[in-house]
Amino acid sequence: MDHLTELENKSIYIIRESYHQFGKIAALWSIGKDSTTLVWLCTKAFFGKVPFPVVYIDTGYHFQEMYDFRDHWAEKRGLNLIVARNDEALAAGMGPESKLECCTQLKTQALKDCIAEHGFDALLLGIRRDEHGIRAKERYFSPRDQQFQWDYENQPPELWDQYSAMADEETHIRVHPLLHWREIDVWRYIQRENLEINPLYFARDGKRYRSLGCRTCTNPIESDAADVDQIIEELLTSSTAERAGRAQDKEDTYTMQKLRALGYM
Amino acid sequence: MAAEAESLAFVMVGHIDHGKSTLIGRLLHDTDSLPEGKMEEIEEAARAEGRDVEFGYIVDHLREERERGITIDTAQTFFSSKTSGRDYVIIDAPGHKEFIKNMITGASQAEAVVLVCGVFEGVQEQTKRHAYVVKLLGLDQVMVAYNKMDQVGYDQARFLEVKKDMGEFLGRLGVQPTLEVPISAKCGDNVALRSENMPWYDGPTAVEGLDLFRKIPSPTEKPLRFPVQDVYEVDGERVAAGRVESGVLTRGQALRFLPGDQLLRVREIVQYGRDGVERAEAGECIGLVFDQADEVPPRGRVGYPEGEAANMTDRFRGTVFWLSPAPLEGEGAGLTFKCSTQEQPCRVAAIRERIDSGSLEHLPADAGRLEETEVGELVLATDGPVVLESFYDVQELGRFVLLRGRHVVAGGIVTHTQDAAV
Repeated sequence: MDHLTELENKSIYIIRESYHQFGKIAALWSIGKDSTTLVWLCTKAFFGKVPFPVVYIDTGYHFQEMYDFRDHWAEKRGLNLIVARNDEALAAGMGPESKLECCTQLKTQALKDCIAEHGFDALLLGIRRDEHGIRAKERYFSPRDQQFQWDYENQPPELWDQYSAMADEETHIRVHPLLHWREIDVWRYIQRENLEINPLYFARDGKRYRSLGCRTCTNPIESDAADVDQIIEELLTSSTAERAGRAQDKEDTYTMQKLRALGYM
Repeated sequence: MAAEAESLAFVMVGHIDHGKSTLIGRLLHDTDSLPEGKMEEIEEAARAEGRDVEFGYIVDHLREERERGITIDTAQTFFSSKTSGRDYVIIDAPGHKEFIKNMITGASQAEAVVLVCGVFEGVQEQTKRHAYVVKLLGLDQVMVAYNKMDQVGYDQARFLEVKKDMGEFLGRLGVQPTLEVPISAKCGDNVALRSENMPWYDGPTAVEGLDLFRKIPSPTEKPLRFPVQDVYEVDGERVAAGRVESGVLTRGQALRFLPGDQLLRVREIVQYGRDGVERAEAGECIGLVFDQADEVPPRGRVGYPEGEAANMTDRFRGTVFWLSPAPLEGEGAGLTFKCSTQEQPCRVAAIRERIDSGSLEHLPADAGRLEETEVGELVLATDGPVVLESFYDVQELGRFVLLRGRHVVAGGIVTHTQDAAV
């Protein structure tokens, strides 16, 4: 079995385990390459139709291309799309002056409200270990408590393919079916599956986005890679970090840990 | 497109403070595997906190880990060997006894082991415990890295002394190291670059040692086992979804599903986006449609080739590593046994042996309990029948966890699928 097929099968197994264990489950779709790959893997896991909702967190600061791609893909794939948005914070003028506060309000809080409203007990997320040191510490099934916090000092054991069920005191489980994929794996898989992907990743006027977030806090990289093949070529020779263009990783060394402990993705 | 590189996962184990995280940092640094700006970021974090730059910071990412100078949880990082072209997944495991569940979590995902032993202290309690655990988990490719050679003046005599102790201990476990290499992760000796400080050593470097690990073949050659994971309705048809755990499954094949003894013929192997799939091998997630359309086996049933005798049992022996601070007492009220997709309430019928995993000493088994980090040879009895294999025959159906309530409290392997009456 080749490497990509191995990664794919492991992810599908995890997706099916989570669907079996949890009654109310949804996939978080940020419109980026990883979560689009996640939604595609869910499609394959269930033979053509994702049997649960796909949640999009709208910060109000996303790129127009992301909204367009979202609507196009959701229709094409027949997704049950739920849009989560913290309208109250937006109306009060929340913006990226403080990244920790802004991400917490517009992403984490919006997600919390959405989970409460729909009663989800598990969420599938497309995070990967190689993205950030703090994500390298994650489990496939990761519990979040009442306060939505990640108890990273006391994670449950996870042996072989035995994933932990939810304990009573916990509010929901984060499921990470793509944890073992690397950035280059995702692109090679997109190439192999001929997956349609958000055009912001492809270079225009010598720049492209390598990681997507809010337009206020995401910077493009210098690049001439205008299609998937060229992106793969570029990654093979580049030594820049994938999230180098993401401001919330930089504010201080432990911002990502603080954000994630508070329930950030 | 270039040929796809092979990928191999290894776990880094050993006693607290013997330099596991530092070795990982050094490996990444000396093989040019760090992203641009990573070293600068670490230097800045160290400066801000008024401490020396540590290679361990690369993997010890939690603030608590850096402040205490220890690894708390297992992490995974990636690097590519320039010499072999192979991709590696490095699984870092904490060396503290209190984080043993995190160490086992990491080790259960690995194919090979790097056992790090600081030569100043030599073989310590967690060195032994970790070696024992990886052996239990069936990992038999072990490279020993004798670290901190700089602290003993690169002294060959000290290296040989620790190597002798280690050899005696590993010998008791039946582990034959693939390589034993003297290194200094801090100074970079014999990690990726050959050391000039130890002219008496002319063996491979640690990175070359990694390239000696063999890729564990997928269990395609073993007999077919197909546990049902779930049943879905697809276009009006009921499909039994699952992963082929071992062997090869072919279209048209007759399978016996146990428990329940259903004999069913595979009409179709379903994979999204593919038509006319004729076969599926170990590791593939598929769906099955049967000739007998209304007899779809539920989750937990295991498909066997027709005519093959099955190891169906409700009383068997296993070696169990206890992971919970709350000990096993007596029969272990409220335990659940989970193996593959099978799940059954179970009780401990007998504790045959009780072993201290840090010293390998046998403890009194008649006390009727098993404490955290202890290993037990148990007789387990499940309420209903389960289909098992000895771990040494088919790993995928020979490894299990025990849950109490909804928490995993132990991990184990099946040593005997039947227990002759005790």
